[in-house]
Amino acid sequence: MKLKTLTALAATTALVAPMAMAADMADEMTIVSWGGAYSASQKNAYHDPYSANTGVKIINDESSAEAVAKLRAMNEAGNVTWDVVDVVAADAMRLCDEGLAMEIDPDTQLAAAPDGTSAADDFGDLLVSECFIPQIVYSTTFGYRTDMVGDTPPESVCAIFDLDAYPGKRSLQKRPIDNVEWALYCDGVAKEDIYDTLSTPEGVDQALAKLDTIKDNVVWWTAGAETPQLLADGEVVMGSTYNGRLFSAIAEQNQPIGMLWDMQSFDLDGWIIPAGLSEERKARALDYIMFATDTQRLADQAKYISYGPARKSSAPLVGKHAELGIDMAPHMPTDPANAGNVHIYDYEWWADNRDDLDAKFQAWLAK
Amino acid sequence: MADGANSAAFVEFERVQKSYDGENLVVKDLNLSMPKGEFLTMLGPSGSGKTTCLMMLAGFETATHGDIRLGGTSINNIPPHKRGIGMVFQNYALFPHMTIAENLSFPLEVRKMGKSTREEKVQRALDMVEMGAFGGRRPSQLSGGQQQRIALARALVFEPELVLMDEPLGALDKQLREKMQFEITHLAHRLGITVVYVTHDQTEALTMSDRVAVFDDGRIQQLAPPDKLYEEPQNSFVAQFIGENNTLEGTVKEIKDGIALVQLDDGELIDCKPVNVSQPGERTRVSIRPERVEYNKGRLQEGAHTLKAEVLEFIYMGDIFRTRLRVAGNDEFIIKTRNAPDVERLVPGQQIEIGWLPEDCRALDA
Amino acid sequence: MSDTTQTGPVLAADGTPLKRSLARALRMQKIRALMLIAPLLLFVLLTFILPIADMLFRSVENSIVPDNLPRTVVALQDWDANSGEIPDEAVFTALAADLKIAAEAKIHTRIGSRLNYEKPGISSLFRKAGRRVKKWDIEADGPFTEQFIKIGKGWGDPEVWRTIKTYSGTYTNGYFLNAADMQKGPDGAEWRPENEQIYFTLFKRTMFMSLVITVSCIVLAYPVAWILANLPARTANLLMILVLLPFWTSLLVRTSAWKVMLQQQGVINEVLVWLGLVADDSRLQLINNQTGTIIAMTHILLPFMILPMYSVMQTINPTYLRAAKSLGATNWTAFWWVYIPQSVPGIGAGSILVFILSIGYYITPELVGGTKGVFISNRIAFHISTSLNWGLAAALGTILLAVVLLLYWAYDKIVGIDNVKLG
Repeated sequence: MKLKTLTALAATTALVAPMAMAADMADEMTIVSWGGAYSASQKNAYHDPYSANTGVKIINDESSAEAVAKLRAMNEAGNVTWDVVDVVAADAMRLCDEGLAMEIDPDTQLAAAPDGTSAADDFGDLLVSECFIPQIVYSTTFGYRTDMVGDTPPESVCAIFDLDAYPGKRSLQKRPIDNVEWALYCDGVAKEDIYDTLSTPEGVDQALAKLDTIKDNVVWWTAGAETPQLLADGEVVMGSTYNGRLFSAIAEQNQPIGMLWDMQSFDLDGWIIPAGLSEERKARALDYIMFATDTQRLADQAKYISYGPARKSSAPLVGKHAELGIDMAPHMPTDPANAGNVHIYDYEWWADNRDDLDAKFQAWLAK
Repeated sequence: MADGANSAAFVEFERVQKSYDGENLVVKDLNLSMPKGEFLTMLGPSGSGKTTCLMMLAGFETATHGDIRLGGTSINNIPPHKRGIGMVFQNYALFPHMTIAENLSFPLEVRKMGKSTREEKVQRALDMVEMGAFGGRRPSQLSGGQQQRIALARALVFEPELVLMDEPLGALDKQLREKMQFEITHLAHRLGITVVYVTHDQTEALTMSDRVAVFDDGRIQQLAPPDKLYEEPQNSFVAQFIGENNTLEGTVKEIKDGIALVQLDDGELIDCKPVNVSQPGERTRVSIRPERVEYNKGRLQEGAHTLKAEVLEFIYMGDIFRTRLRVAGNDEFIIKTRNAPDVERLVPGQQIEIGWLPEDCRALDA
Repeated sequence: MSDTTQTGPVLAADGTPLKRSLARALRMQKIRALMLIAPLLLFVLLTFILPIADMLFRSVENSIVPDNLPRTVVALQDWDANSGEIPDEAVFTALAADLKIAAEAKIHTRIGSRLNYEKPGISSLFRKAGRRVKKWDIEADGPFTEQFIKIGKGWGDPEVWRTIKTYSGTYTNGYFLNAADMQKGPDGAEWRPENEQIYFTLFKRTMFMSLVITVSCIVLAYPVAWILANLPARTANLLMILVLLPFWTSLLVRTSAWKVMLQQQGVINEVLVWLGLVADDSRLQLINNQTGTIIAMTHILLPFMILPMYSVMQTINPTYLRAAKSLGATNWTAFWWVYIPQSVPGIGAGSILVFILSIGYYITPELVGGTKGVFISNRIAFHISTSLNWGLAAALGTILLAVVLLLYWAYDKIVGIDNVKLG
């Protein structure tokens, strides 16, 4: 359909124009990530050594937040300018479903562990999509103001629903994911029954009803930096965010913030390679992925940021923070002391129900 | 210089000063008094202070010092809208978003008059300026002259006793301007209103006014009826500003019997009427109107001083001849002669002798 | 033009009809003029007209289903969606054949994503089925009904099949129904359950808040523009820089600055508490609600109101006010009856700018709007970048466009568009 191609081209011009120049330059690749401290950790652990080894120049693009929409636009325009993209697992699934990401064979295209364990076994369950190469395990968990909770720092995630013991505002992410699970968990639903309950309209109502009890005291965030800032300003008494953000607020900025690891929601972040790359670019992207996701590289990243490496074989190699010199293992969400009671996020379920639940969640918010 | 205050004065300025910046006076010690029904024009070059005076009278500027009185009461502290003074602006200032009738109705509406009274007065005012059929139009649909009439009608519709006009005819072409000068004067006299009119056009001032106040440098240089202003200017500025004028410079030799003997800079002697000079040795500027200069010996008075002159240019203008002469080193000396059968037509290069009556030659300030 | 005694067309000197001669002479000029504006024309076409056309098209386009499940769509025609039973084996066979081709082209998951917008769960049904179907031999491995149900229980749900049948056309009004809080039920269009209705509320709120923002911009901008227009040019230009200053600051920085100002531990609340006007435990809620959105958006859009007002007020000659006062009007009457009516074109232009801009704003409401202060554009942005439901985003965008055009039309009828002066 000619009109469609033309209009799609026009519609996507605005989205992709800035990156168009970087396309297909020899010995250059564009890697898309989240920016900030996270991108910096990747540069230190992956990009710089890779460039030193191969001479390939790496251009960092901080567009991960819009990666899915932009990749779809690029795909429609027939001009994909990105070589490797860092996305969360749910986005990777979506991209895979949409045919926008390339399928990866872990056994041939990823490095085996030093002891010979195949990549498929080393990553294990974390290979949640055919297109997804896991990189880190992070968690969405809670931080609280140590000076605003008195002598009884919260120990259970259900503290967020306890306005009597912990009065004040709490910040939660403006999306249903995690929030509805925590709501059901604190409303007495057993952990293993959460998704079965959520699959029924009554279960959704139950979760929203539980959230309703604190609705007037919630500040909803959309960017991960908001909760640490709200905590630092004393605007909220506790709030959810990514554990790495809390780590830097506590360890690097010495804010009076404590970690509440209970029912932390594990999530994965990793790489995808966009579909439709030229053979040359695809080969280079795969070469990079093979290097950047090997056991040592994943362990190296943990020196710079408190996210757990996605390979089992990397865990013993995690050392000290590159600048602060503190032991990083206790700050990892995967550390046994922190992972006592965790929430396992069901990717498949959310892929199916995300849109539906989001509509209900937004309608509830707007009420 | 201004007439003394009299009890019948309607508008009075007493020792009025105005400064905008606290350093320079725009109006310096202004005294003026005008009776009811007078048509007074403030004439002067731009920056002479005439418009400032008008604005102080209207209430849009406050006097820095002095008193302005209207009908005997001081109006210094009365806001413009309570002064009851009609005003016609240079750009007419007709409200573009209102029709002509609404424009005229506006001053009546703010005075809370009833609808029928308003309509009647508006119609009467429109008829007065012969614009009766234009009530429903918008200002932008009218020509300049028509807008001018409407502006006039609007200033008059609420029957003010005093009307101020700030160069109201400035934007019109010559023909229309002359016609409107005539109409405004007639209307003013017919209605018996008092008018203060500001212009920089001396012809306008002379043809329209009962009295003209010539402004320069923040002062009234002369306040007089048009004929006196022309014939008996009190100083060089007025002589230069009003009408055409020949100037010769010299020094006063002596003053005797109301005649001043002036030695011009090239040594020749002439008799003049001393106006602004008082003692011998003073520098003076002698002013002679072009139409008062004679070169026909038969018309000159016995014993009158004459001067040698060379004809530089002769222009035939129909009703008059206009001749440019070199007199006492002045190349721009103009004489005007009525076209008559017995009048000699001069040729360039011709040497003639010119003279005049001593009273037509006024010795003014240098 | 022609002489009355002459018959036939007027001829030019060389004998060609004058009209043609003239047209030829003008054609070169026209072509040259067209060449001059061609880059702009192309630019406008590519970046403005085409995206809008694309949006309108996407809001009804549904070709992915009929294009990739052609056999299934045909086979489903005979199935009664209201029968409460799943379709017969023929339909499952057709689906298997369609899916095998689709899975090899890796397109089956996209069909699943599309249908998942209408019925949750279909996405994984297609994903799982695609993986399995690839290995099937359509000729030999039938019947497929049981095999499909074994892959995913959903294949045994008549509702899933009804969804496929409902959305089997090349074009659909489904996105528009969804955008109007409706859905396609068994008996045609019906309202969505109340706990899913959101868009109508958001449209109403967007209109209302844009109106409030426009009005507060008028109230704040009018005196500022008036002062600027009545100051000497030098001072006015200096102050104009202050008005424009916010334009030179990043939108995010400005919005974040408002957070610092407005939050409960923020500057304004601290000052009020310090002054004793507000108790420490009942600090004002100025952000993360409609108040926050209105304050921040009014600030951000204020220059768009001041500039047209200023340019109109500059042209209003001060003698009009003097004239009004000389005619007996008080300051207030003169201002109200003479000045304001003449500044209406500026108010109109500013209002249209601010209103239309605020209708489309989403960054600021997202950051400071909390839950009650977000606009319809936030949902459009969400569907574009997060849920990828571009069809629904396009439908919402189309409705928004229609509403704006309708308001513009109404404005033209009531105030008159010639009364708008942008500069």
